[in-house]
Amino acid sequence: MEDDAPVIYGLEFQARALTPQTAETDAIRFLVGTQSLKYDNQIHIIDFDDENNIINKNVLLHQVGEIWHISASPADKGVLATCYNQTSDSKVMTCAAVWRMPKELESGSHESPDDSSSTTQTLELLCHLDNTAHGNMACVTWEPMGDGKKIISLADNHLLLWDLQESSSQAVLSSSTALEGKGQLKFTSGRWSPHHNCTQVATANDTTIRGWDTRNMSQIYCIENAHGQLVRDLDFNPNKQYYLASCGDDCKVKFWDTRNVGEPVKTLDEHSHWVWNVRYNHSHDQLILTGSSDSRVILSNMVSISSEPFGHLVDEDDLSDQEEHHQEEKSKEPLPDSVIATYEEHEDSVYAVEWSSADPWLFASLSYDGRLVINRVPRALKYHILL
Amino acid sequence: MEAAVGLGSGPGASPEEPEAPERRRKAHGMLKLYYGLPEAEAAAPGATPDPRDPTDLNGAHFDPEVFLDKLRKECPLAQLMDSETDMVRQIRALDSDMQTLVYENYNKFICATDTIRKMKNDFRKMEDEMDRLATTMAVITDFSARISATLQDRHERITKLAGVHALLRKLQFLFELPSRLTRCVELGAYGQAVRYQGRARAVLQQYQHLPSFRAIQDDCQLITARLAQQLRHKFRDGGAGAPELAECVELLLALGEPAEELCDEFLAHAQGRLEGELGSLEAELGPSPPAPDVLEFTDRGGSGFVSGLCQVVASYQELFSAQGPAGVEKLVAFARELGSRYFALVERRLAQEQGSGDNSLLVRALDRFHRRLRAPGTMLPAAGLTEGATEIVEQAARERLGQHLQGLCAAFSGCLTDVRQALAAPRLAGKEGPGLGELLASVSGAILGHIKASLAAVHLFTAKDVSFSNKAYFRGEFCSQGVREGLIVGFIRSMCRTARGFCDSPSEKGGATPPALLLLLSRLCLDYETSTISYILTLTDEQFLGQDHSPVTPVSTLCAEARETARRLLTHYVKVQGLVVSQMLRKSVETRDWLTTLEPRNVRAVMKRVVEDTTAIDVQVGLLYEEGVRKAQSSDSSKRTFSVYSSSRQQGRYAPSYTPSAPMDTNLLSNIQKLFSERIDVFSPVEFNKVSVLTGIIKISLKTLLECVRLRTFGRYGLQQVQVDCHFLQLYLWRFVADEELVHLLLDEVVASAALRCLDPVPMEPSVVEVICERG
Repeated sequence: MEDDAPVIYGLEFQARALTPQTAETDAIRFLVGTQSLKYDNQIHIIDFDDENNIINKNVLLHQVGEIWHISASPADKGVLATCYNQTSDSKVMTCAAVWRMPKELESGSHESPDDSSSTTQTLELLCHLDNTAHGNMACVTWEPMGDGKKIISLADNHLLLWDLQESSSQAVLSSSTALEGKGQLKFTSGRWSPHHNCTQVATANDTTIRGWDTRNMSQIYCIENAHGQLVRDLDFNPNKQYYLASCGDDCKVKFWDTRNVGEPVKTLDEHSHWVWNVRYNHSHDQLILTGSSDSRVILSNMVSISSEPFGHLVDEDDLSDQEEHHQEEKSKEPLPDSVIATYEEHEDSVYAVEWSSADPWLFASLSYDGRLVINRVPRALKYHILL
Repeated sequence: MEAAVGLGSGPGASPEEPEAPERRRKAHGMLKLYYGLPEAEAAAPGATPDPRDPTDLNGAHFDPEVFLDKLRKECPLAQLMDSETDMVRQIRALDSDMQTLVYENYNKFICATDTIRKMKNDFRKMEDEMDRLATTMAVITDFSARISATLQDRHERITKLAGVHALLRKLQFLFELPSRLTRCVELGAYGQAVRYQGRARAVLQQYQHLPSFRAIQDDCQLITARLAQQLRHKFRDGGAGAPELAECVELLLALGEPAEELCDEFLAHAQGRLEGELGSLEAELGPSPPAPDVLEFTDRGGSGFVSGLCQVVASYQELFSAQGPAGVEKLVAFARELGSRYFALVERRLAQEQGSGDNSLLVRALDRFHRRLRAPGTMLPAAGLTEGATEIVEQAARERLGQHLQGLCAAFSGCLTDVRQALAAPRLAGKEGPGLGELLASVSGAILGHIKASLAAVHLFTAKDVSFSNKAYFRGEFCSQGVREGLIVGFIRSMCRTARGFCDSPSEKGGATPPALLLLLSRLCLDYETSTISYILTLTDEQFLGQDHSPVTPVSTLCAEARETARRLLTHYVKVQGLVVSQMLRKSVETRDWLTTLEPRNVRAVMKRVVEDTTAIDVQVGLLYEEGVRKAQSSDSSKRTFSVYSSSRQQGRYAPSYTPSAPMDTNLLSNIQKLFSERIDVFSPVEFNKVSVLTGIIKISLKTLLECVRLRTFGRYGLQQVQVDCHFLQLYLWRFVADEELVHLLLDEVVASAALRCLDPVPMEPSVVEVICERG
């Protein structure tokens, strides 16, 4: 039971940006970007020692501005991209850049976290994503399965695909498309689908969700009025290629089949304020994590629309004892769709939740007041899913 | 003394008793009898009634010795003397009476003696006469015997001759039979022919080994065959009516035709006729009928088909009653088949009754239909006609219920449309339309009216004079499951469902539902919860006192449902109105350039608009919902100003110095502050009162403002503008909410967030803020 207790880490500044270190599959590591207008912003590298329940942190300075979005390269542990505000006297501009962290921090040096504050290290700028022509960068997302050479950024109403060349030191705009329509259209969020050979990207603007083909930058599907109000975030089911989750200001989380966009497959209505973030568990896609400005994090179990609607499927490798497994499966009832847990450790709006890339049973959530909370999936459920 | 003995024997003594006192006594007794005086009383007034008393002079056990002894012992001399005189007087009287009687009876005795003597003479004469008569009779007997003996053999011969004569008559009949039959057939006297044939058949059968008889038989058979042929022709010929047909069948049966075949033919023929009836009925149905009303239709069906069926069944049963179960089965199958076709027609006709709403006509039609089918039903219970009819009636009743339910639902949505129009209209006319309260009253009145009308219409089905109203279905299931559950509960449920539909539909698309309608529906549902449902159900239960005890939905479940609906509607109303206000706030924050804004001089117009809208909502909600409870207001509530920047504690919060300890401090402080303030559930369920509704709307709006502010970056004047706006909101919004602390908390947070997001956080002097707000 004790192991299930949440671990809390406090940052000095307000923070919105959180990402797992995607390329790391052994250690549990999250990156948090801070928001401060007055002081140098930081990127905290949070290492979680699962066995001892201890957090180790390393701080990197991010001097160019407050961080609104952060994403880590899926191929290179040391590479990450941020969207940050650059403020001049009368203008705020959101830019994006790709950075490399110092080598020794890549795999989380555990030595002397105490003196890290004195010797704060700085990020090495790899390249800027030049957005002078396109406007404010809302988010940057990496090609999920690739070699870390392709990224997509959303700038106002532009969808930009970049090629990182010469060991990421140069970002070349390989293709782009713009959203046309009346009014000021602005992308709020985007995700790159891990399916279809990574050729699909989904974006959200206002109440609409759109799918794009990255090969020719054309629209594949469009979910008009996906939410009653602004769509805040989306995520792809990692195991079911047409399934997509979205969340928004109408306090709802909706699940879509992109082949049939007329109606959501399922709707969750558990939060009492805007839902800012929704994330599928990478391995067990019935586990859905949502964070909301009602300062709650909710973990739901959506078995019926997951890739394992009838419980754990037999591993292809265990052909020998397949028979036995079959027997067991039949006796095991799948759990109904339900909310598993509501986490109330936060006292301010939660703007980001993320699963760990290393441990599928562990996730972090970040609230505006700089509180990072690391939680685990309840053990009972874990065993139910595994066994 | 002897007289006393005589008296003792009572009035029952024989009339031959010669004593005078006895006769007197007897006459006396008869008088007494005449006047109905009790015997004992008359016998000896004053004397002891004990008949065994030896001293009783008139008693049977009178003992003179004892009497005398008693007299001597008990009485004084004077009394003895008196009784002696008395006794002597009595004896003398008795003697004279006796003499009178002897004289009177002497005459009669003489007379009787004379009569007996004369009789003796007459009898002697009669004896002689009798002797003579006996001898004469003997002579007559002798003669008669002789005559009989003489006539004996002649008589025998005559008898033989008479026998021969009869035989010859029969033979003649037989020989004439073919021609007679032919004639009969020619004349059409089939009955006669069949009777002849029947008489001859047995004989012909018996003597068929004789060639002449064989010939006759063959002839007869030929003719009979012809006769049968003709009869069958007639039988098959549709022209004959049922009675004639029955006669035909009777004759054919008498002719020894196989009964089974006849049954079939009879039925086939009847079927033909009945099918004709059905055909004409069907023609009335037609593809696009000129539609005689349903009553007329069932009447025609009743008089045409059903009475025809009755006749057929009756005559069949009469004719073929000897056929046993097989015959009955055939008839049953026949009746069932035709009945089902008739039912199908009736069902089709009833199905056409969908639209027209006149229940009384339908009920009368069904009543007549059902009543008509009772006759064949009782004649032939096995065919299940009554059951079928009942089933159809039940089906029709069920459908009617369904239609009424649909009608009610339609009426409800009609009401809703009216309300929508009424809500939309005043804006066009530019003046006040009917208030929400009146609209609510009219809607609920209209719905109640519809419900009552439906109940009344459906009630016709259970009227006493309707033939099917005492069927189990109509007494039980119809009332409880049909009317109460199906119609009333169904309607209330569907009403709730419809109302809930307004919550689920994405109202953001085109703003389909006006918020006022949500509010009105919510109030309507709440009213249903508090009173209307129980009223309607009580009304229903009174009218439809079902004897069925199947489980019914309890009032409480329905009420809970209605309450839940009301709650959801109200919550949705809060969300929608909150959204309207939030959108305004959001746009105002998002579209402004907060970095380069000028020093605030005014409260921004959008804030005034927010306050105006909130006031309007307050008025709107106030029309339908009660005020609700507020938390006790602190005395300085309206005077409260933003002390945010004057307090040193919060100074630290907004301007943290970059020392290692300072950031911790800010976190600590803000966290501690939040520990003490309750978590604000932004979209939380609302209660049924105005304050709660307004609190919900304001919470949503202010939370939106907070989140939007956090997404922006402010310049100095931007922050100051936010300060001014928030103060303005605070001045006006506190009065609407249950707990004004909530407004303060949220607005504080907005200003604090803006300060955090400010590049140059120099707040405005509170006094200036106040001045601007008051001016604005």
